[in-house]
Amino acid sequence: MARPASYEGVALVAPFSTPYQRYSIDTAHHWIATALRGSLQAAGLKPAELDGFSVSSFTLFPDTAVGLTQHLGLCPRWLDHIPMGGASAGVALRRAARAIQAGDAEIIACVAGDTNHIDSFRQLLSSFSRFAMDASYPYGYGGPNASFALLTDRYMTEYGATREDFGRLCVAQRDNALKNPNAVMKKPLTMQQYLDARPIAEPIALFDCVMPCAGAEAFLVMSEERAQSLGLPYARLAAAIERHNAHADDPIQLRGGWTMDVDVLWDQAGMGPQEMNLVQTYDDYPVISMMQIEDLGFCAKGEGPAYLRNKDLTISGDFPHNTSGGQLSAGQAGAAGGFIGMVEAIRQVTGQAGGTQVPDAERALVSGFGMINFDRGLCSSAAVLTTGARA
Amino acid sequence: MSTLANFASRIATGEIRVVDLTHTLDPDFPVIILPPEFGQCARFRMEEISAYDHRGPAWKWHNISMSEHTGTHFDAPAHWISGRDLPRAAVDEIAPADFIGPACVIDCSEGAARDEDFELTVPLIEAWEASHGRIPSGAWVLMRTDWSKRRGAEYLNMREDGPHSPGPTPEAIRFLIDQRDIRGFGVETVGTDAGQGSHYTPPYPAHYYLHGAGRFGLQCLSDLDQLPATGAVLIAAPLKIKNGTGSPLRVLALVEET
Amino acid sequence: MTHPLAPPPKKNPQKRSVSPTRPPEVRSRAALHLTAAAAEGRFALQRCAECGKVQYPPRDACSACLSTDLPWQDMAPGGTLIAETTVQTSPRLYFRERMPWRAGTVQLDAGPTVLAHIHGDVARHARVRVVARLDQAGQGVLVALPETDTPNMEDDPLMRALSADPKHRRVLITDARSAQAPALARALKQAGAAIIFAGEPESWRPYPQRAELQALGVEILPMDVTDTASVQKLAGEIGGKTDILINTARFLRPGGVLDRGDTGFARDELEVNYLGLMRLAQAFGPGMCARAADGVNAAAAWVNLLSVGALSNARPFGAYSASQAGAYSLSQSLRAEFRPSGLRVMNVFFGPTEEDDWYQPLPPPRVTALALARSVVDGLQRGLEDVWCGDIAQDLRDRFRRDPKVLEREMTLGGEGA
Repeated sequence: MARPASYEGVALVAPFSTPYQRYSIDTAHHWIATALRGSLQAAGLKPAELDGFSVSSFTLFPDTAVGLTQHLGLCPRWLDHIPMGGASAGVALRRAARAIQAGDAEIIACVAGDTNHIDSFRQLLSSFSRFAMDASYPYGYGGPNASFALLTDRYMTEYGATREDFGRLCVAQRDNALKNPNAVMKKPLTMQQYLDARPIAEPIALFDCVMPCAGAEAFLVMSEERAQSLGLPYARLAAAIERHNAHADDPIQLRGGWTMDVDVLWDQAGMGPQEMNLVQTYDDYPVISMMQIEDLGFCAKGEGPAYLRNKDLTISGDFPHNTSGGQLSAGQAGAAGGFIGMVEAIRQVTGQAGGTQVPDAERALVSGFGMINFDRGLCSSAAVLTTGARA
Repeated sequence: MSTLANFASRIATGEIRVVDLTHTLDPDFPVIILPPEFGQCARFRMEEISAYDHRGPAWKWHNISMSEHTGTHFDAPAHWISGRDLPRAAVDEIAPADFIGPACVIDCSEGAARDEDFELTVPLIEAWEASHGRIPSGAWVLMRTDWSKRRGAEYLNMREDGPHSPGPTPEAIRFLIDQRDIRGFGVETVGTDAGQGSHYTPPYPAHYYLHGAGRFGLQCLSDLDQLPATGAVLIAAPLKIKNGTGSPLRVLALVEET
Repeated sequence: MTHPLAPPPKKNPQKRSVSPTRPPEVRSRAALHLTAAAAEGRFALQRCAECGKVQYPPRDACSACLSTDLPWQDMAPGGTLIAETTVQTSPRLYFRERMPWRAGTVQLDAGPTVLAHIHGDVARHARVRVVARLDQAGQGVLVALPETDTPNMEDDPLMRALSADPKHRRVLITDARSAQAPALARALKQAGAAIIFAGEPESWRPYPQRAELQALGVEILPMDVTDTASVQKLAGEIGGKTDILINTARFLRPGGVLDRGDTGFARDELEVNYLGLMRLAQAFGPGMCARAADGVNAAAAWVNLLSVGALSNARPFGAYSASQAGAYSLSQSLRAEFRPSGLRVMNVFFGPTEEDDWYQPLPPPRVTALALARSVVDGLQRGLEDVWCGDIAQDLRDRFRRDPKVLEREMTLGGEGA
């Protein structure tokens, strides 16, 4: 595969996260508007100055990005809707970066957000995908818990991973979350509590699962010149990949699409995994984080558990991972769950992460994974961010 | 006081007793059974149209269906092939006065209790006349068997070789028609003929001769034991069905108390 | 090993009957072919007509070559359970009431990997047999069974939910006079039915098999499907404990339109075969629907015995076939009306029968009452919707599916003239 053109000249600015709420009586429109406003204010921009808009959301129905332009009074000349769940941020960023480079737009807001009503998770599940409707829900209707339980079960069988291996990820993330005032989870988590938690869909138990909630995440994409002229801290995009429906003939998912593009990623970035100061994986379940660490080149397939056994995954550790607490501890605000790592990584490499700041973070890997259409996640994405200008 | 006023007043005082000789129209009341390849007599059926409900808030009514020959019923001459060419053979054509006449009740109940194929014969009729006088012209002759007291399978009394129930011999019917000029012949069984009546010559002689001679049949009568041998007047008016060969009946007998 | 199912205790009259809930019903149009096969007890998947790739989940185009020609074919049932989970929480009420629920990933020998319900007797990572069954939403689902039968395996709660097994259930045969009633009663008894009721019309007319039914312990109660009041009366008496209703009432005479010359028998055919079904459904249906989740002996199935002439008119029983077509159509309405409760409607189609005199002039083959009874019980045990009993019914079904117009033309030949 030829190396794609560089993403040089592109700046990622104004990361903004709304506080998350377990349940909300407000709509996705409300949450998206809140995050968009926060990001624009951080950049000192007015909505009218925005000429590009990219949206990811599951609960906008019956609206799409189009309806949102009128709803929010935006007049972009570039508009995108990224329905790719956990892979949304990387995919939205790739498209926005190219639009900035090509001059199709000058300031693009990438926003993801969803609401969470008492019954909306159930309703969301019921209309998620045709294959899920035909071939997954009728079998216990466990939703993603059951789907990931099967992957976890197979992963454990195949590679000898234990629950402690997954627990280590969850416990460290909770530790990180306690430093993030926006996180839904406020109490520490011990390994024993993790192991003793009630089963949800064996082998998955309570603390392997994210807490669905309401919230939104946003950042802006513009040229470095523009960021500099606005005097904004910014991150650079060193490399980015995406892949869909990889390894379709694998009987069960033990690897993701990253394996097809990992060499391109590091080649384009001009650096390797060991040079990352922090890693943000998509963590709807710990087995998926494990898979990303393997598939993005930190260790060989199946060696994730052993690799991480010797690592400290907290903010102050030698492998800072999901520094804001990730979805497992900060909460999963629908499609915003696909943005949480990206927005946190921008904060980290621009020195704006506050309590969760990894000292001197300059290089971050952000990975995304989304859309269990039937039995496996179909979308994968990854991006390497580096420091452009610090706060 | 006119005859009719006198009549009405005597009914009111009970000096004239009105006896109901009719079975209740009930879906489960037996009807005649023919070999299954033949058309069959419809059972009585009743379907609710409404019952003070959403189908009709303040009223209750039913649709009913049945054969002309269901329950206590009237056989007109047109019912049988022997009577088909007669004038006024259908129920709507019969003169209304013809439905009313004196009743002679021949008690065969002891014989029928003894023998389910009991036959009413000419000698038995003559013996009855010896006790009760000659059957007058225009009489309803009723064969009492107490069969109307039977219930369920006992009523049709169906066996492998067909039903078994009492009835008149061909000679007896001919005697009543030719020698006594009766109005009609009534029974408590399901047909004017015996259960095994198809084995006479001609088959079903009561039907054949009665209707061939323009006389009437009354079937599935009840409570003939409530009538005197003579002296009662019978009213058996069929529904006025165009070209009808019979009709369900409400049969009333008027009996003077002595 | 599955524990043998104990007879249910007598119902506690102070407890509210559980309202029926259902697994998800919505499916894509393509997925309904899986249901259609399961309705007959077959496990079928799409196989690309061009490249041969077996597809799952059901698709509209081949995932190997983009061909849109994806015929459904019966598949070998073998597979291996490669992953499993026991779901402990579900937002779906039906499963929530039945937790924990075992589901797993089966790699089929036929190619694709499927998600399936897992029978309790299947060991981890074991070889399995995959079958398709109808669930309580009436949709086809895949079930991984142990590779070989295990004792009492049909007593697993999963299998109870995916069948209408007569075991411990109370069954009403609607017409004791039916030529098939004794064989049916015997087969149901052997299958473990708790009580067998039989409706008896016109008790004033004797019939020889009454003694046979009585000897089998059948409770004979008066009912005539042409008499609304009698149907309502029996439903009032035993409707609350009728778990399976098998409609054996049938009025059969030869003849079409012109050779009969009147509507007499046609009326009887409609009164019994069509309106009789409607009366039964109006009287027994609501109570059965309300009891569709009532424990071990929940109301489970409504069975119609239908002439295969319901599909395409079968001379010389032309008018009778029309009444059967009416009953068949009505059974489809009943399916839709029963669907919210999970109560199944099973149609058992058959050709000329051995025991009904009216078929005497027809050449063989004929369906015996014994074969019909076995088909009914087997269909109930497997939770089928459509059962084709005997060679003639299966032949007509296949010809109907090949081309209904060609079948109609074959069935309506006029005979060679001058």
